[in-house]
Amino acid sequence: MFETIAARFREQMPAVDFCSLRIARERSQQISTRQGVLQPLHNADDLGGMVVVHHGGGIGYAATGDLTASGLAAALRTAQEWARRSADIAVTNFSAVPMPHPVGSWRTPVHKPWAQSPLEDKIALLQRTSTALKIDERIVDWEASLWWTSAESLYLTSGGGEVHQVQDVLIPHMAVAANDGKDTVTRSLGGRGFARQAGMELLDDVVLDERAGGIAEQALELLVAPDCPEMKGNLLLAPDQMMLQIHESIGHPLELDRILGDERNYAGTSFVTADMFGEYQYGSELLNVTYDPTITNQLASFGWDDDGVAASKQYIIRDGLLERPLGSVVSQHRAGMEGVANSRATSWNRPSIDRMANLNVEAGKSSFAELVAGVKRGVYMQTNVSWSIDDSRNKFQFGCEYGRLIEDGELTSVVRKPNYRGISATFWRNLVGLGDASTMDVLGTPFCGKGEPNQVIRVGHASPVCLFADVEMFGGA
Amino acid sequence: MQSDFETLADDLCASIPGHEVLLLSFDGETSDFVRLNHGKVRQAGRVEQRVLNLQLVHGSRHSSAAVVLSGDHAADTSRCLATLSELRSQLPLLPEDPHLLFNAEVSSGTHVGANTLPDAADAIDEIVAAGEGLDLVGIWASGGVHQGFANSLGQRNWFTTHSFNFDWSLYHQADKASKNSYAGTEWDSDEFARTMAKARTELDVLRRPARTIEPGAYRVYLAPSAVDEITGLLSWGGFGLKALKSKRSPLLRAAEGKASFSASVTLSEHTGAGLSPDFGPSGFRKPARTTLFENGAFSQTLVSPRSGAEFGAVTTGASGREAPQSLEMEAGDLSTDDMLQSLGTGIWVNNLWYLNYSDLPACRMTGMTRFATLWVEDGEIVSPLNVMRFDDSVYRMLGEGLVGLTRERELLLSASTYGKRSTDSALLPGALIDGLRFTL
Repeated sequence: MFETIAARFREQMPAVDFCSLRIARERSQQISTRQGVLQPLHNADDLGGMVVVHHGGGIGYAATGDLTASGLAAALRTAQEWARRSADIAVTNFSAVPMPHPVGSWRTPVHKPWAQSPLEDKIALLQRTSTALKIDERIVDWEASLWWTSAESLYLTSGGGEVHQVQDVLIPHMAVAANDGKDTVTRSLGGRGFARQAGMELLDDVVLDERAGGIAEQALELLVAPDCPEMKGNLLLAPDQMMLQIHESIGHPLELDRILGDERNYAGTSFVTADMFGEYQYGSELLNVTYDPTITNQLASFGWDDDGVAASKQYIIRDGLLERPLGSVVSQHRAGMEGVANSRATSWNRPSIDRMANLNVEAGKSSFAELVAGVKRGVYMQTNVSWSIDDSRNKFQFGCEYGRLIEDGELTSVVRKPNYRGISATFWRNLVGLGDASTMDVLGTPFCGKGEPNQVIRVGHASPVCLFADVEMFGGA
Repeated sequence: MQSDFETLADDLCASIPGHEVLLLSFDGETSDFVRLNHGKVRQAGRVEQRVLNLQLVHGSRHSSAAVVLSGDHAADTSRCLATLSELRSQLPLLPEDPHLLFNAEVSSGTHVGANTLPDAADAIDEIVAAGEGLDLVGIWASGGVHQGFANSLGQRNWFTTHSFNFDWSLYHQADKASKNSYAGTEWDSDEFARTMAKARTELDVLRRPARTIEPGAYRVYLAPSAVDEITGLLSWGGFGLKALKSKRSPLLRAAEGKASFSASVTLSEHTGAGLSPDFGPSGFRKPARTTLFENGAFSQTLVSPRSGAEFGAVTTGASGREAPQSLEMEAGDLSTDDMLQSLGTGIWVNNLWYLNYSDLPACRMTGMTRFATLWVEDGEIVSPLNVMRFDDSVYRMLGEGLVGLTRERELLLSASTYGKRSTDSALLPGALIDGLRFTL
């Protein structure tokens, strides 16, 4: 099907400075149970194309679900017209942007394809999981789900570029709510953090029905636990909270389009300015952050971004020093800075913008036991449940599902509603302990929102357990 | 798009045997989007999309699929018939659904708004000219938004609206900006010029040296757009029956009679006065008004068909999210014109940002001030304020802390474009609050 559409596009390619077509098909299936009842099964087959034209310095795009010859012709006319109308009022000379023309293909390695696993087996797994979650009458709501997506794209450019990519994603999820008549607590499998590019083999690592009981038990522990005490001290964050911490207070502020001001009306600006790269000590010397879309099976892996830039691993922060922004080929041209392959669109119906992909904290040398042993008084927090940060990505407040006190170097009692607040510009400089590879989890979220028009996209974050000093922590009302 | 949808629906429904039911819901749009930064065009283009959701029901088994349509009738019919075959093959593998509910009483209707929109590129030329010399950033969205419903029982519903929404900010520097919106169905150059002039005036205030305040409790005025952020977060699970019954609602304590708002707080889902269609994907028509809070007390919930079946309640035709789409808060008796005097000394908050719960069962929220937040002394604007984080219970903010609501209300049209252009709106007053707690 893609080749037929590609041929139609090539036949109609206009004489412009640059033109591309991104054909995207995303098939998905969501299976979920709630309180043991199978919820409505939902399938989707999303197919469309995005034409982009750079001409005379202007930029125009047209997205359409009509991929017939006449549909593509109409899209090309619309994109050309917008390029013409924007030529004299564009933020940059788009015709001067060195758009690449790559050729290649890339595919998620999948060992157990989703389609080869019978639907009834998947439903049975979720129903077993559901049963395993309902361990007590105080468990008042419980759910389990599998969300599979296969995203296939073909990117064609006027310079002969042709890239075919397939990303297969699986997102397992389960969660419970427990209530004792006075209060409600929730506990889940890392939010939806165990989202990866994979087939059903992911469930060999993330065994839902085996992990279910532990999640429900922790919810019951929380129900009788005291609130997290108000204190200033050491905060030990699990990877499923580090994911959010990296995302909000490293990833977003380092997106070059935010630094250039594109997002100021919606997602916000950044406390980071262009002159800080190469100069600014973002975190302690323990902090090494890499952007790496080439990692096998992480959620946002690919071979080329949506502007055709080849993926590669890049250090964003090295030994705490800020090195490079998350900037696409267009943003790099505008800012005169080097960046990464991060131009990404959520679907065929949105233009690509600067995004995170896999943004990870590199492992250190401390075991989990060593990190805990070094804490006189602190809190270990797991699994994000609440997030809020200012539009410059500086002042934040995050809440977690599950907390445990650390006293005299040992994990002690469970505390509920653990929250903490801080300021990005100082928080990372207080990174005083970094877990080794044994403490790492490869995680991701399918829900990163940004852009005008708005887009939600999948991003990956891997991290070890991390220890921070002098953090304000507190509990519920 | 209406005739395309109805023709396709007729053909698909005709293919359904008597023992099955087919439900079709449609979302379509032809939207021009122009993104601006520093008063110039960053991205400009058009999105045309047609998405059909097919739900096939046999007894109490059902499955659904969403497909993107091309607009070519033959191709779309063929694709949808293939999809129906796939759904039909899934049904025997699925258990019976005890919570399935769809409208079996035919209730058809049509609403088609006139198209009086300006040419988007002409409007952008006017905006760019008006922003000359200013640091203007924002998004223009315009065009037709369409929704449809059809079922094999004979029901047909259609909704079309043509609107534009220019959502923008004028920046002074860093994070100091005036946030603005001009939305409607007919472009009025004079009205846009007035809106721009007001924004320029606000910018003058933002050029003054900014003040940073210490954490603590402050008297604040929340403009309607700031109130919208609070009610917007409440809408995520706060007003729905499912969240309530599963003990996950932030308003559970209010529903149980253990907490309430001030008697001046009355909230309703006012579909009859809103801008969204009055039908949903299961074919139920929505009541003109559902009162959610009355004189401070929890009243009714929004009930999706599925929740209606699960909990034995009458559905309000709400979507699965059970969130308001046309939220309305009753006006109070404070004058917006006199608000600086009413505020006295405190903080004028035009916009809040990135709200979330710090303790959901207690309905305790945290969030940031954003854009033009101003420090006021003795009824006079003194300076812009650097961003601050608040963390407080909504029961307190809209309860004992609520001094009053304004007589004037603003109709706020959603600028959300996640997946598609939103037709949601909210009609809200401003709120004067004593002792709002700022923490960072």
